[in-house]
Amino acid sequence: MDESFAFFLTIAPTLLAAVPVTLSLTFFSALIGNTLAVPVAVASLSPNPLLRYPSAFYIFVMRGTPLLAQTYLIYYGLGELFPGTWVQQSFLWPYLRDGFWYAIFAFSLNTAGYTGEILRGAIMAVPKGEIEAARAYGFSKGLIFWRVTLPRAIQICLPTMTGETILLLKATSLASLITVWEVMGTARQIQKVTFRVYEPLIAAGILYIIMVFVLTRLMMLVERRINRHRLTPA
Amino acid sequence: MDQASLFSLLSFGPDGWGQRFVEGLVVTVEVSVSAYAVSLLLGLIGASAKLSSSKIARGIADIYTTLVRALPELLLLLLIYFSGADAIKFVLSLISEDFDDFEVDPFAAAVAALGFIGGAYMTEVMRGAILSIPNGQIEAAKACGMSRFLILRRVILPQMLRYALPGMGNLWLSATKDSSLISVLGNTQDLLFMGYRASAVTKHYGFFYSVAAILFLGITVISMIIIRLLEARLNRGYR
Repeated sequence: MDESFAFFLTIAPTLLAAVPVTLSLTFFSALIGNTLAVPVAVASLSPNPLLRYPSAFYIFVMRGTPLLAQTYLIYYGLGELFPGTWVQQSFLWPYLRDGFWYAIFAFSLNTAGYTGEILRGAIMAVPKGEIEAARAYGFSKGLIFWRVTLPRAIQICLPTMTGETILLLKATSLASLITVWEVMGTARQIQKVTFRVYEPLIAAGILYIIMVFVLTRLMMLVERRINRHRLTPA
Repeated sequence: MDQASLFSLLSFGPDGWGQRFVEGLVVTVEVSVSAYAVSLLLGLIGASAKLSSSKIARGIADIYTTLVRALPELLLLLLIYFSGADAIKFVLSLISEDFDDFEVDPFAAAVAALGFIGGAYMTEVMRGAILSIPNGQIEAAKACGMSRFLILRRVILPQMLRYALPGMGNLWLSATKDSSLISVLGNTQDLLFMGYRASAVTKHYGFFYSVAAILFLGITVISMIIIRLLEARLNRGYR
């Protein structure tokens, strides 16, 4: 047991160094994905079938196929297009060679699908009276969306979004399969180098639990802040 | 390579990948169904433990659901896959030396791991469903002199199903998608693994991963239709 503990201490710095990679994967995918979710949700509610059907199809495909298949498709499928072309000489190549950006691309598109569906429901749940009130004040359609519908929808779906963000944090472990050395990938690398099966995985698991805990707390603060007008003054 | 020859790669001959993709589809469905059955069982046990009066049972169930839901599925899959195999080997080695070269079936180990993960989510779905059964129904059953098991079988389970079905449907859909993770184990013959193999051999990555994704979509579509029919059937007494 002592020997195991000593081993944990020796691998801790390597694993801890991978934490920022996992966190930035989560952060950028959430940022891009949730931003993309807004047009996806709006399009899926549009009366125009040319917007509604593609958006509904997009949500369906993203939710209906495994994230791992999407990640492989983007990493290997896009990667197949580039080698031997002008792209290889371009200034973008260092980025296009790196699995990190493919992972963010895949996770963002996936998040956009899932969040788009959640946001769609939330937009529909915004009380009609609030939109009517805004219209009575002479708000333009765009202003109503940015000032009333969207903020209210985000407020409504925030608890669900907390859950989604945690799912995203866990899903970033799939990036290890396209050569991104985040926590999971680093753990598997340590497994291969040290021939230890359990300790690296358990250590990575502890790190994930801590990250999920901190993220939950952070989202609770965000929820508190967004709902601050509802808090009864002490 | 033009379009026509790309599709000829999918033919059902010795040169085509069609047959192997169909086999992969079957394996994926088999793994999903078996893992789902395990998670149903664990979910029922977990939900009963969470609602029981025993502090120990509640504590164990809480640790189970919290841990499983906080850890990435991939990490859990690898951890359970390795440790489960080792544990079984260890137990067998205690029984007899004849089992020394016993190898755990990768299919069974993958199913156990996926089922263990799904069970934690299932526990929460079933707990919520049991709690939404009006208390008066259970009291009425007690008043009729039904035994606890009879109440479970005749009152709780049939009514709970109606409340649990939306959540159970979602979990089935994630079970089919999570089953793709077993391709990582390297010796499974599931759908995504076939996509991996086919694209590695032919170098048509985009094409074969798209084929795998479309087949997964097919599973999802059929599942959604069945779930909708089941929901209509279970809700036939209402509205």
